[in-house]
Amino acid sequence: MDCLPWVRPMKLSDISNDINDWFSGSGPLADIVVSSRIRLARNLAGYKFLNSCSDTEKAEILARLKDVLTSLDLGDDVFYVSVDKAPTLNRDFLVERHLISRHHAMAKGPRGVVIARREFFTAMINEEDHLRLQVLKAGCQLADCAEQIDRIDNMIEEKVDYAFDPRFGYLTACPTNLGTGARVSVMLHMPALKMTGQIEKFLSAAKDMNLAVRGLFGEGSEATSDLYQISNQVTLGVSEQSIVSEFESAIIPEIVAYEKAARQQLLAKQVDILDDKISRAMALLQNAHLISSQEALFLLSHLRLGLNMRQFMGASTPAIERLCTLQNQSSDAPDDRGLSIRTINRLFMLTLPAHLQMNCGKSLGATDRDALRAKIIRDALHHSS
Amino acid sequence: MQCQICNKRTATIHLTEISEGVRTEMHICERCATEQGIAAQSQISINDLLSNLLAAQPSDDELLGSPDDVSSCPNCGFTLDRLRKEGTLGCPHDYEVFQNGLLPLIERAHNGSSVHCGKVPTKVPQETKKLAELSQLRERLDRAVRNEDYETAADLRDQIRKLE
Repeated sequence: MDCLPWVRPMKLSDISNDINDWFSGSGPLADIVVSSRIRLARNLAGYKFLNSCSDTEKAEILARLKDVLTSLDLGDDVFYVSVDKAPTLNRDFLVERHLISRHHAMAKGPRGVVIARREFFTAMINEEDHLRLQVLKAGCQLADCAEQIDRIDNMIEEKVDYAFDPRFGYLTACPTNLGTGARVSVMLHMPALKMTGQIEKFLSAAKDMNLAVRGLFGEGSEATSDLYQISNQVTLGVSEQSIVSEFESAIIPEIVAYEKAARQQLLAKQVDILDDKISRAMALLQNAHLISSQEALFLLSHLRLGLNMRQFMGASTPAIERLCTLQNQSSDAPDDRGLSIRTINRLFMLTLPAHLQMNCGKSLGATDRDALRAKIIRDALHHSS
Repeated sequence: MQCQICNKRTATIHLTEISEGVRTEMHICERCATEQGIAAQSQISINDLLSNLLAAQPSDDELLGSPDDVSSCPNCGFTLDRLRKEGTLGCPHDYEVFQNGLLPLIERAHNGSSVHCGKVPTKVPQETKKLAELSQLRERLDRAVRNEDYETAADLRDQIRKLE
């Protein structure tokens, strides 16, 4: 075994039957801000960027960085996955869990990822840059992410020389990442803006603030799950702290206020729309025998909205009351404390295609996946007491 | 809003056409748009963005200024043409070799900035650290002036003078 003692020979199936901490629905502003993430792009001095490297050079960079990364004291076990040698299912699983990018899964040549057991930290080696570090936390915790990733980056820098220029900062393969190499992002749940037909307002506000927006867990750019990721586009001429503080003091409060206002509008003026969405979602999820991933994501989003409105706004509508009854009934189950946000997020992640297959230990066709997904959701939401 | 063609799905594409002074609007869903041959590129990749930015730039010869300047990087053999196609550079030296050609692109991608302001590796020489500190102070000074916080601005100006 070529692992250091604290690099556990872990299997992905060890983590595939639960959600990661940053997707647990906790943390500050958790009713809207699902998670916070910062990633840093770094390259080693003395090496070419990856598109000019031969496989031998890539293997050399990989070996060097794998050594450094797996010897860091992160306060958690770390494990390494050789992405180029991993089967497609494992790579898809890592993408679903946001542990690697789609680009990293599809790229060519020697590459890998170092993952902290609790998944708050991952380091992709030989993605677009030699090193892509990321730290993820639940809720709105960007300052904590910044502090932690800075510490990890310093530990790495003690052992390697980064490509750095006094004028341009950290040199990256793509000029759009130049400077700090820092991409700050938050994952936001914005279902009420969609229901009230105001999602365009959010998208144009984000554009005005020079932010990139993308839908998550959907096909293409469609945000089926009402989850959006917003991130900074400018990485040069602005410090890491400025980017983070602008997110925390201006961008996030403004966008959160839009969604909150839309939730209040639903309660005050459009209760029928809200209750219709929640009731339909409950009925379909409790009774479907075949359900696609996209439909499940779409419907689970409405249940998450109902639960969050109850918890954070004290909302009480006929549909939300029924949703909470379900919560009370299921709280008798020792392993599952009812229909919490955690349960919804768990269903959300564990019914994604690669998770389903990883957890049943075999590859499944689309119809079999839809049947298994429907069963898992029915079992979690249906309590015939 | 429902799609005007299928009357089933939600309209996500909104077209406004002004022809001979007459304005017409069309609201359709993505599937109908595709069937009608109306291109709906919903997400622009970084590579496309870069290619577009670069396509708007002058040719390599014009970008690189004097004819004595190299057209390919002596370290990695990379040319700016490859950046157009691939969206990434060949090696860290390219930033120096193609500085003239890259600057307009860098400034457009970073809201007009072309000077790093942020973290500096602890290992770099003292002079580099000083330069980085100065640019960081200048950024804070700009922000203080924009926010009309003149007390902070005066303090920052003094710090900059001292360092210079």
